[in-house]
Amino acid sequence: MSRSGVRFSSRALMADQQAFAEQAMEYMPQLYSTALRMTHNASDAEDLVQETYLKAYKGFAGFEQGTNLRAWMFRILTNTYINSYRSKKRRPEETELDAVEDFYLYRRMGGLEAVRASRSAEDELMDLFSDAEVQSAIDALPESYRLAILLSDVEGLSYKEIAEDLDIPIGTVMSRLHRGRKALQKQLHDYALERGLTDAIPEASLEAP
Amino acid sequence: MTHDPNSPSGVPFAVTPNCEKVMAEVDSFLDKELTDALRASIAAHLESCSPCFEVFDFEAELRMVISTKTHTVEFPDTLRIRIEEKLTYLRIQGSGGTESGGGGEPRREA
Repeated sequence: MSRSGVRFSSRALMADQQAFAEQAMEYMPQLYSTALRMTHNASDAEDLVQETYLKAYKGFAGFEQGTNLRAWMFRILTNTYINSYRSKKRRPEETELDAVEDFYLYRRMGGLEAVRASRSAEDELMDLFSDAEVQSAIDALPESYRLAILLSDVEGLSYKEIAEDLDIPIGTVMSRLHRGRKALQKQLHDYALERGLTDAIPEASLEAP
Repeated sequence: MTHDPNSPSGVPFAVTPNCEKVMAEVDSFLDKELTDALRASIAAHLESCSPCFEVFDFEAELRMVISTKTHTVEFPDTLRIRIEEKLTYLRIQGSGGTESGGGGEPRREA
């Protein structure tokens, strides 16, 4: 299904679009969950994903076969969000993040696992925060940080891809990720405190292995 | 190897001078944005320095948790059906242009 040259017969175009339909559908759930975190709204997220697929379908001739289709889909999603949905809601001026120390969560929780050697850090963190808490901690981030975090930590795009998607320098991507992650950690810690941190630790796991 | 919570450098402990350099690369390392050589040298440090390893491990696991828990939202199957129908319609109609993806004015539907 490789294309060569710049000539497109309508047959080739149709073949491309057929290929698109076959290749791109698998990314829909990922695109949807990111769209939901972008828009904070299920109905907008559905529209955003639908629009992304229609645009991608029509623009598939411009997709370079052999490159990363998933990253390309996320670029269209991000551009569509920035160009339409974001302006739809007149958001207040972007709030700046408070300064948060490095390794915020590790300093407060990193030691927990040592107490209970039978559990991995992953199991522990998985149990410590609910899905809703993680999602709302992301939602609470100022938008420029939220988009960087979604594309990187949630969807695994590279700095270069994120820089292109958001039209910002790579250094800015890195600083937004760094500051956004710290803010996210602080928010998660706040949630854990609200619930009472000790309550989140199952009694049984306190026993020696 | 004792943790020093008051380390002025922002590193949650200070074991060797190398630790600070390694700690400065947590993000780039976990984001897989380092050169192979730098990546290998950090990996080697992590093998021999358990305080650094713990921090990297914690940050890596946290990212996995964040990604996993963001993807737990229920995907509406009706959306897949709707999109497939629209794409099928466009294909039958043969109205697909060659405009490039991502650009252009987005169209909203009611």
